[in-house]
Amino acid sequence: MSHLVVKANDLIAFDTYKMILINALPHRPGQFIEIKVSDTMTPYLRRPLSVADYKNGELTLVYKVVGLGTKILSTVKPQSSLDVIEQLGNGFNLDTVEKNITLIGGGCGCVPLLFLAKELRLRRKTIKFIAGFQSSKDCFFVDEFSQLGAVKVITDDGTLGTQGNVITAMNHIIESYYYAVGPKSMLQAIATISKWGQMSLEERMGCGFGACMGCSIMTSQGIKRVCVDGPVFNTEDIIW
Amino acid sequence: MVNLHTNLLGMSLDNPIIPASGTFGFGGEYTKYYDINILGSIVTKAITKEPRTGNPTPRIAETQAGMLNSIGLQNPGVDHVIAYELPKMKTIYQKKVIANVSGSTIDEYLDVIKKLNEVDNIGAYEINISCPNVKDGGMAFGTSEIMAANITRQCKKIAKRPIVIKLSPNVTNIVAIAKAVENAGADGIALINTLVGMAIDLKTKKPVLARKIGGLSGPAIKPIALRMVYQVYEAVKIPIIGIGGINCCEDVLEFILAGATAVEIGSANLVDPCICKNIIERLPCVMEKYGFSSIENLIGGAHETRNHRL
Repeated sequence: MSHLVVKANDLIAFDTYKMILINALPHRPGQFIEIKVSDTMTPYLRRPLSVADYKNGELTLVYKVVGLGTKILSTVKPQSSLDVIEQLGNGFNLDTVEKNITLIGGGCGCVPLLFLAKELRLRRKTIKFIAGFQSSKDCFFVDEFSQLGAVKVITDDGTLGTQGNVITAMNHIIESYYYAVGPKSMLQAIATISKWGQMSLEERMGCGFGACMGCSIMTSQGIKRVCVDGPVFNTEDIIW
Repeated sequence: MVNLHTNLLGMSLDNPIIPASGTFGFGGEYTKYYDINILGSIVTKAITKEPRTGNPTPRIAETQAGMLNSIGLQNPGVDHVIAYELPKMKTIYQKKVIANVSGSTIDEYLDVIKKLNEVDNIGAYEINISCPNVKDGGMAFGTSEIMAANITRQCKKIAKRPIVIKLSPNVTNIVAIAKAVENAGADGIALINTLVGMAIDLKTKKPVLARKIGGLSGPAIKPIALRMVYQVYEAVKIPIIGIGGINCCEDVLEFILAGATAVEIGSANLVDPCICKNIIERLPCVMEKYGFSSIENLIGGAHETRNHRL
């Protein structure tokens, strides 16, 4: 475990913060960290947060304030240090031979897609983003995604982009290999349309590093821990 | 020079620090964080006769200064544990381990113990009697003196190693259960297992856990665990392993003074994978601060009379 120094912790959308930590170990797209938000006994458990980006020791996290833990995290000032368990999870498999890739993000599911898109661009892939949010105030990374591929933004209330959700926006068709991250209901709906892709799953976690069996799910390959054997799985292996 | 050594169930432990069952797997997930050979011993994940996949998720909920779990004894079953997990554990941990045995019927416990008897890196068995007895309406073995004594007696008959009975605190009178298992032949007692609790999600208006209830652990339960260790120590002569919300050196020393010969540290490992190593390294310094020179001389020190055989 490491004590990483906070370089920045800024509001980038409604209740949504981007935190940059320095002196981090290398991370791959799709990995996550377990962060201790305070020294006190409450909150007790660490918070698992997706890696939004990594370069040269700088780790970028994007998180939404949804409860006590993330509320405390949002108050952490630059130059503070945070206790982090790093390099967790398997990350996305980047070895697909497909040239055209669709990246689908629902809400905070968009967080890991930035780093993923950058790595796929280095592999000369052509990327199409489908990014769904509740409302325009919740949107983040739209500009960053636009630098890396074609972006279709969808909002529940139509205040930015097309009105609807990720599923309706795709007209129930996914033409290419995809990577999808977002709420379970969204992922389940995507799985019924196409199994040709990977998904990042979430479960409530105890330790986050494979010791406690808190996050186990059944797959076609047997019982797996989301924190170690995942969080990324081939869609075809997921049992809903 | 402070002495951390403690003798437990025929095992000579370098220190009284032992990770609790279910929080440490078979050790493999912790080797990237530190050399686990520093630990006094390790209690394995619960081993059952058949493989178990455990309960549906969510299995984890956070509570104030603690957590709930309803893992459901997920483990690959005794045959796989013997063929794969315990040999692998031997390569990363050179001392004797304590094998946690769980089951739904007494016969299942006996089947597991008979097979584990042939494995050489096990120093003792921890018998988990918080499991529901499916032959008795699903009441946990540890909730009645008769059931607790019966399972103890039968395990003791066939075990080739000392057996320590891990008690459930969800009982009216834990001292009575402790006395019953001692009379039935237990070599030691470990307490406490988790307390039954619940959390409710305001967004869904439903319990957080899929199984609705789960086991509460963490600092919130320490006062209950400590009280139970203290009371059981006055009632039995066999050694006690103290468990419940330990997360620092001071907690360890409180449990030793209450009557524990060694302690298990559980939830704290999930929050800080290095907690056991940090406690072992800091313990001498904290003991010196209080003028304590040895763990063994401290056992039961909070009582008027210390009447145990070590």
